[in-house]
Amino acid sequence: MALVVLLLLVAVVALASLAWGARDVAPGQVWRALVDPVAGDNDHLVVRDLRVPRTLIGLAAGAALGAAGALMQGVTRNPIADPGLLGINAGASLAVVAAIAGLGVASTAAYLPFAFGGAAVAALVVYGAASLGWEGVTPVKLALVGAAFTATATSVITVVLLTDRRTLDEYRFWQVGSLANRPLDVLTTVLPFVLVGLALALAAGRVLNALALGDDVARGLGQDVTRGRLLVVTAVVLLCGSAVSLVGPIAFVGLVVPHVARAVVGPDYRWIVVLSTVLGPVVLLLADVVGRLVARPGEVEAGLVVAVIGAPVLVALVRRSQAVAA
Amino acid sequence: MTGTTASPLDRPLGGGPAGPDEASDAGPASGAFHAPVRLVARGLELAYDQRTVVHGVDLAVPPGRVTVIVGANGCGKSTLLRGLGRLLTPAAGRVELDGRDLRSVRPREVAAVLGLLPQQPLAPEGITVADLVGRGRHPHQGAFRRWSAADSDAVAEALALTDTHELAARRVEELSGGQRQRVWVAMMLAQDPRIMLLDEPTTYLDIAHQVDVLDLLAELNEQRGTTVVMVLHELNLAARYADHLVVMHEGRLLCEGSPADVLDADCVERAFGLRAQVVPDPITGSPMVVPVGRRAAARAARPAIHPGERSEVRVADRA
Repeated sequence: MALVVLLLLVAVVALASLAWGARDVAPGQVWRALVDPVAGDNDHLVVRDLRVPRTLIGLAAGAALGAAGALMQGVTRNPIADPGLLGINAGASLAVVAAIAGLGVASTAAYLPFAFGGAAVAALVVYGAASLGWEGVTPVKLALVGAAFTATATSVITVVLLTDRRTLDEYRFWQVGSLANRPLDVLTTVLPFVLVGLALALAAGRVLNALALGDDVARGLGQDVTRGRLLVVTAVVLLCGSAVSLVGPIAFVGLVVPHVARAVVGPDYRWIVVLSTVLGPVVLLLADVVGRLVARPGEVEAGLVVAVIGAPVLVALVRRSQAVAA
Repeated sequence: MTGTTASPLDRPLGGGPAGPDEASDAGPASGAFHAPVRLVARGLELAYDQRTVVHGVDLAVPPGRVTVIVGANGCGKSTLLRGLGRLLTPAAGRVELDGRDLRSVRPREVAAVLGLLPQQPLAPEGITVADLVGRGRHPHQGAFRRWSAADSDAVAEALALTDTHELAARRVEELSGGQRQRVWVAMMLAQDPRIMLLDEPTTYLDIAHQVDVLDLLAELNEQRGTTVVMVLHELNLAARYADHLVVMHEGRLLCEGSPADVLDADCVERAFGLRAQVVPDPITGSPMVVPVGRRAAARAARPAIHPGERSEVRVADRA
């Protein structure tokens, strides 16, 4: 039931994303641009070349961020975990900064392999370091090593940016997180990773349900804990790497969306993952549309809007759950 | 994710009529009396990192009976239980389930036979009793095998056996400690195991609820033939509920046998470094340990507090 409502919401938000923006385009024109475009018509050009890619990228990145957030909170048993916790966003940022400063790379499409590579390397380093020691990977070690990696990467980034004005100018627009000016071929490159990641995420629901009872109970229930964690982390790397490559390091979607999902469907991760996957695009696209409308003819980046809208929502959810527990 | 293809090892354990696969399809039929399984440790050595905690233990768990492991803090009794439940990989030796090395059996196959309740399991926030008990069905489900009628039956029976069906819709965090422990036992029952391992199932419970949980386990053992192995702290309860008592000391078995044979003053002194008298339990006749302690004689000689003194204190409090 909730799923049907949410799918309708996705459709509504996607339509809004096609219909509204800095340029006023009549709804009839939007429709015609989609089904019967006229070459040379500026309205049609805006819809087809700017708003359609933007909307599709928002759908993909939102789904990836929502699902990845749910997986991270499940695998670490930590309700404030987000995809950034594994050091993935920091790794992607570090690689992008290095690409700008060292190689002079300067376009969103060109950042893509660096962002994805940086994300993957960060996750490998963090997971590898956290698995040292006789007891293997534990949620606490994962969180600590991830935080340490993020702190280190962030300080290196700061050093580079402080000494290199040109890199700072390039980097800060990427770093805010935005859906604007992403060419569609960025999406076609990343989409397979998103789809595989989502398939793994859906399969991971029952693994997370077992892990939620503690490692010992999960083992008692026949769950191979190490394999289960590896499955989840692989999915997170694919999803977060894709999202950060598409829209930059947007953190808040992955943090807030699973909480909303949990408030709706309860503690069953099979449903939390599904709902987060559908809710992610709603939140991200909504933020993007709002960002386009509040500062016309300019716009506010989606990453900023999400944080501004998301923070009060998160506080409200936390207060509500405490009231229930009390 | 455990594989869904049949391996060469994928045959019913023990060859009895109630193999794990049949059991998973049919669910626990009401009043089903399971063929017991044999759990045996051979030269079992268990270590955390470099520190060896359990040294070369040989133990054959009597099938269909209640075994209780006791011993001083840090003697390795919980570690031994974790080793028997394959939560720890042996540093040397092995654990056999019906003659097969536990390490060679797929985790899900073990879970269909052997249930496990650690000391402090986590209940996810907001989970209902029915949902938590339902998670015991994990080993009977796969990525593509969803909730079935057998799962529903198993959960209903687990709730009935533990007398928690009236709590089914409640949230686990709202329950009292005793109710919560019953619910965890129900989760393990939904798993439909033939042997249950429990690590101090009575911790944090008051005496009435301790007895209640132990009675529940004894009933399950009698009615279903489920083998029970548990670690207990309370010697007198251990002596009362154990068919087979295992006393550990510094990572080794000190002695094992029926409580009446094993538990005497000498055993208590060697295991706990405590002088005690062992007298018959007035209810069951099982051995009951009465500690001597350093201050017992001196405290017995102290005068009783007279009623008058107590009321003076109360008056003073009010003033």
